[in-house]
Amino acid sequence: MLSFLTRRLLTFVPTFIGVTLIAFAFIRLLPGDPILLMAGERGVSAERYEQLRAQFGFDKPMWQQYLDYVWGIFHGDLGTSFVTKKPVLTEFMSLFPATVELGLCAIILATIIGIPAGVIAAVNRGKFFDQALMSTALVGYSMPIFWWALLLIIVFSGWLGWTPVSGRMGLMYFINGPTGFMLIDSLLSGQSGAFRSAVTHLILPTIALATIPLAVIARQTRSAMLEVLGDDYVRTARAKGLSPARVNGVHALRNALIPVVTVIGLSVGTLLAGAILTETIFSWPGIGKWMVDSIFRRDYQVVQGGLLLIALVVMVVNLIVDLLYGLINPKIRKG
Amino acid sequence: MALLEIRNLSVEFATHSGKFRAVDGVDVTVDEGELLAIVGESGSGKSVSMLALMGLLPWTATVTADKMEFDGHDLRKISARARRRIIGKDITMIFQEPMSSLNPAFTIGWQIKETLRKHTDLNRSQRQDRAVELMRQVGIPAPEKRLQAYPHQLSGGMSQRAMIAMALANKPKLLIADEPTTALDVTIQAQILELLTDLQRDAGMALVLITHDMGVVAETVQRVQVQYAGQRVELQEVDGLFENPHHPYTAALLAALPERATEKRLPTIPGVVPGQFDRPHGCLFSPRCRFADARCIAERPRPASADLGYALCHYPLIDGLPTGKETAA
Repeated sequence: MLSFLTRRLLTFVPTFIGVTLIAFAFIRLLPGDPILLMAGERGVSAERYEQLRAQFGFDKPMWQQYLDYVWGIFHGDLGTSFVTKKPVLTEFMSLFPATVELGLCAIILATIIGIPAGVIAAVNRGKFFDQALMSTALVGYSMPIFWWALLLIIVFSGWLGWTPVSGRMGLMYFINGPTGFMLIDSLLSGQSGAFRSAVTHLILPTIALATIPLAVIARQTRSAMLEVLGDDYVRTARAKGLSPARVNGVHALRNALIPVVTVIGLSVGTLLAGAILTETIFSWPGIGKWMVDSIFRRDYQVVQGGLLLIALVVMVVNLIVDLLYGLINPKIRKG
Repeated sequence: MALLEIRNLSVEFATHSGKFRAVDGVDVTVDEGELLAIVGESGSGKSVSMLALMGLLPWTATVTADKMEFDGHDLRKISARARRRIIGKDITMIFQEPMSSLNPAFTIGWQIKETLRKHTDLNRSQRQDRAVELMRQVGIPAPEKRLQAYPHQLSGGMSQRAMIAMALANKPKLLIADEPTTALDVTIQAQILELLTDLQRDAGMALVLITHDMGVVAETVQRVQVQYAGQRVELQEVDGLFENPHHPYTAALLAALPERATEKRLPTIPGVVPGQFDRPHGCLFSPRCRFADARCIAERPRPASADLGYALCHYPLIDGLPTGKETAA
């Protein structure tokens, strides 16, 4: 187990180098000059322009800029936002809980609906429920999320008025809690109605963000279950006189879960990408919206640092998924 | 009194190209404490008829029978829930592939104790004790340790022993062993068979041994039921069967045993078991039978009398020669 962990952690090194290179190169390939952009319509004198270029290190050769950047990373310095003048890491930390809260809610929703739906579809293969579910999943999977999110807003916020249109919290509440998770902080704040407000703000973005993972999880669960249901040990379980619920839900599902966990892990990456759209549409003050805003502002340092941090999060999640395999499948444990 | 009585059992599978009859009017009778072997080639419907009894066939299968009674329960009319109280308790089954028949995600102990939890009132520590006792009974060394092992940590022979322990857990009245040694090493096969027959004798339970190995049959069982293409072609005491087979198929099977071969070249039965599309109209064995004539090809035979082993043949063999041909001709 320990050697498995060490070997797994070693694979972080090349991935990390790749991610820093991409983050570094990508933002420099984009058209537009950050200094001119910062100066705005007032413009900037040639002398001042050179001074700023030197200040940000843009006058150095590319490889040196890259090394400076990596050097900084190891000292916890991911750069400073051109716009807000705050360190990138500080900004990230203050916005990250919002994204985690939304992402967690979405993945939980997708899992608790997706897995049972997939199991029921597999057990009733070819029947009405199966076909209805799989068609729905296909629609969910192929639907453009921005359009789906707008549709949700129009129906539930616009016509029905059940949920707020955007943001994380009603305007009459001021929550600046210890955890950064609105659901927890609103409860801790003791302000009446604050929790309710947090929940209602969460509902639509959660549904929008959960849609694609939900479809993927349901389909994966179904196909994994179908594969497993014909296995010998499922027949053994039935030969013990166990109920269908136990045979399918314990004996078969436990073995079908391995590919499903993989998909859930991969969904976390998709989720962070999906968060960019969802957060923008719902004005959700998280990482996704921050990245989009920063790209529009040519805030090099933020985009560079943000990409890296997001990549790190995905890498850590994948590691956790790999460790989970061992829990589900004893064969992998010795690895 | 018969513990299990099945009359005229048929199983049909719905396939893309129409119905396929895997079991065709088979009778099976098992007395209490008896050891019966069902013998036949692949595709003779041995396993399917027993899986039908257990209710383990896929939904594509249609099971019909004139009678299917176990220990006073009519298994045709019983609800699924009531059947599940019998299956795994009074009737248990072990399978051909022990390695894949155990769930890879759970420990051996968990899987044995699960069946105890389902069918008995034993508490946690009693279940543990019983599991250890069972492991010891089937000859697994260091039972406490092995209970915590996962199936992939056991060899094929150990896995089959664990399967047997699981099948014995609730002291069944009938154990069905579906080719329990086919997937095992030859050296292990004998051990497992001996274990099964010892347990059958000591526990007084009935044992149905499904096999295609006549050698196994000769050593262990009391009565033999020979099946061919989904039909029962002969039923005899084991001694009588080996001395004087009444059905040409049984005779051909026995002749193909290396121990009994007299010629230099081992005799074989030409052809294969008929499938879905080449099922003969008359006797199903007629295309491969060396005694077959026009009547065999045209007309379905009826079972002969008990002293002729209920042979499903127009001309049951006596001492290797067909009888009744003179009168028919």
